[in-house]
Amino acid sequence: MATAPKEINQPAPEVLLRVENVTKIYDGTVKAVDDVSLTVNKGEIFALLGGSGCGKSTLLRMMAGFETPTKGKIFLAGQDITNLPPYQRPINMMFQSYALFPHLSVWENIAFGLKRDGMPKDQIAERVEKMLSLAQLGKFAQRKPHQLSGGQQQRVALVRSLAKRPQLLLLDEPLGALDKKLRETTQLELVNIIEEVGVTCVLVTHDQEEAMTMASRIAVMSEGYFLQVGAPDAVYEMPNSRKVADFIGNVNIFEGVIEEDEADHVTVRCPECVHYVGHGVSGHTGMAVGVALRPEKIMLSDKKPKGEYNWCEGEVIEIVYFGAHTTYHLKLDSGKVIKAQELNNTRDLSCGLTWGDRAYAHWNDLAMVVLAQ
Amino acid sequence: MATKQSFFSRLFDGKHAVIGIPYLWFTLLAAIPILIILKISLSEMQGTSVSNMIDWSNGWPKLTLNFSSYQFIFSDSLYLKTYISSIKYALLTTLICLIIGYPFAYFMARSPKHLQPMLLMLIMLPFWTSFLLRIYAWKTLLENNGIINNVLMSAGIIDTPIAMMNTPFSLMIGMVYSYLPFMILPLYANLSKLDMRYLEAAADLGTSPFKAFWLITVPLSKAGIIAGSMLVFIPTIGEYVIPELLGGSSTLMIGRVLWNEFFSNNDWPMASAVAVVMILLILVPMAIYNKSQAEAEVK
Repeated sequence: MATAPKEINQPAPEVLLRVENVTKIYDGTVKAVDDVSLTVNKGEIFALLGGSGCGKSTLLRMMAGFETPTKGKIFLAGQDITNLPPYQRPINMMFQSYALFPHLSVWENIAFGLKRDGMPKDQIAERVEKMLSLAQLGKFAQRKPHQLSGGQQQRVALVRSLAKRPQLLLLDEPLGALDKKLRETTQLELVNIIEEVGVTCVLVTHDQEEAMTMASRIAVMSEGYFLQVGAPDAVYEMPNSRKVADFIGNVNIFEGVIEEDEADHVTVRCPECVHYVGHGVSGHTGMAVGVALRPEKIMLSDKKPKGEYNWCEGEVIEIVYFGAHTTYHLKLDSGKVIKAQELNNTRDLSCGLTWGDRAYAHWNDLAMVVLAQ
Repeated sequence: MATKQSFFSRLFDGKHAVIGIPYLWFTLLAAIPILIILKISLSEMQGTSVSNMIDWSNGWPKLTLNFSSYQFIFSDSLYLKTYISSIKYALLTTLICLIIGYPFAYFMARSPKHLQPMLLMLIMLPFWTSFLLRIYAWKTLLENNGIINNVLMSAGIIDTPIAMMNTPFSLMIGMVYSYLPFMILPLYANLSKLDMRYLEAAADLGTSPFKAFWLITVPLSKAGIIAGSMLVFIPTIGEYVIPELLGGSSTLMIGRVLWNEFFSNNDWPMASAVAVVMILLILVPMAIYNKSQAEAEVK
């Protein structure tokens, strides 16, 4: 299996946040978070990714102190903070709705937390100025939140949560309220600011792109527990279950049976084709598996590929043009529809296929992931 | 292409008619009566009738403005004392209503959603009984041989009845009791809309719940506090029935002075002048406040 390159002599990461077997049950029956454990290292941006109702927000709110776990413990820098009220935790949160105080100016909003700490006035002023320049909002210090654009409000919310130099920063859907174009630029601004400050971050999002671009590790959540925890590329390229493969990005899953099980390769026979996987898997001959194949790893052509493995044939039934790439829907003879994504690297639609054409889809022997579950 | 419409057809189209109804209502039932009062206040009594402000006897209109009533108001310290006393009682009522009403509205807004309609109902329940009857009921409670004194005396707690009727105490009881709903309702409407995330954000930034109440909840409910205070202050300053029934002669309120001028002294110009000064006392601070609010908005 392909592994991420390892650095030599890297010091062991220091654990900042440790969540131990945390369960949250609402109204005695509804399990929002189900026996979750995780550690977040110092300096890391950790993303909780999942659909609505998967428990990611509840978990974040328990870290902030707005909810108390039904079972389990939460430690911050070794200290048990499970039952500490939010106003005593060295943790700050950037709310999805920003929750900027509407009756206070931008300046007062940023200074709010500092004043509560009883910081001397001149130090507050200095810190607020620093935060304003970090967010490039110096000119807007005296404005009220409603006089700012969405992107500006978002930056105020971020620096307000950074002003107290928290040990841990929580971000609840930080870009949820912005439109797509603004999101892309803001995403980078956000990461730049966070990295400049060097704060540890836990981020909640339902947007896999947001999680992958911002986070150094992702936990994919569903029904209150973690499906997989790993680096963005690991979660994307090596999903450990159909749920994860399906949730992150698009995927074609072929159902089949392991025919040959060797140390350096396996073959999986599916009704549509035979997969030759160029590495060993933990399984045995005759085992029913799913073979996950991402659309962008499939190449299309009108010529029959050589060899007997890793290709299938079908009819183009749908072409979806995205500008940068085009997704072709191919109906195989078995009736199964697979998606293949072709890069539009020339200005004429390069592979020249159109509706109703017969086409061959092929892929190389490291393109797919064999999933047992 | 623009078609020229006559003034009247434009005036009576649907849109203007709908907007016009409240204006018409206001003009006929508020603006004109106030102007009539202003006119009467600037005339004097001639026998049993009011003098004409405009005299047509020479064929030309001759305007006579008589300021004697106003001069009298400002020369006789009784009026000034009564105004101050009215403002004092009205302010005190507003303050007590706010102190009682705010926590009331706050906990109402925080109570479980399914209980809130019932609590609202309880606030409005007294309105189902006539206002006068409820004030009379207080009289029977507070009198020297009223229910409270009787109960206390038969329980042996006191030997002689406590004089509660016809004191500032009984007046305040009646006023606070009557006007409390007018404070609670706008406050409740405001507080139930308060976004709880502001309080979470405040807690997150290190604010204890008690501090967050003063730094977030109270400032954000400013509009409700002002609306409730106006709804209590304005009617109480000119209140007549409660001081008459519960306040007795020792409590000076401008409403009773007004009544006396109209019905006992039959001095309409004087009564009108008293009323005009009272309206100004209410309107001027309101206008100043509105202007400062509008300026704050522009900023």
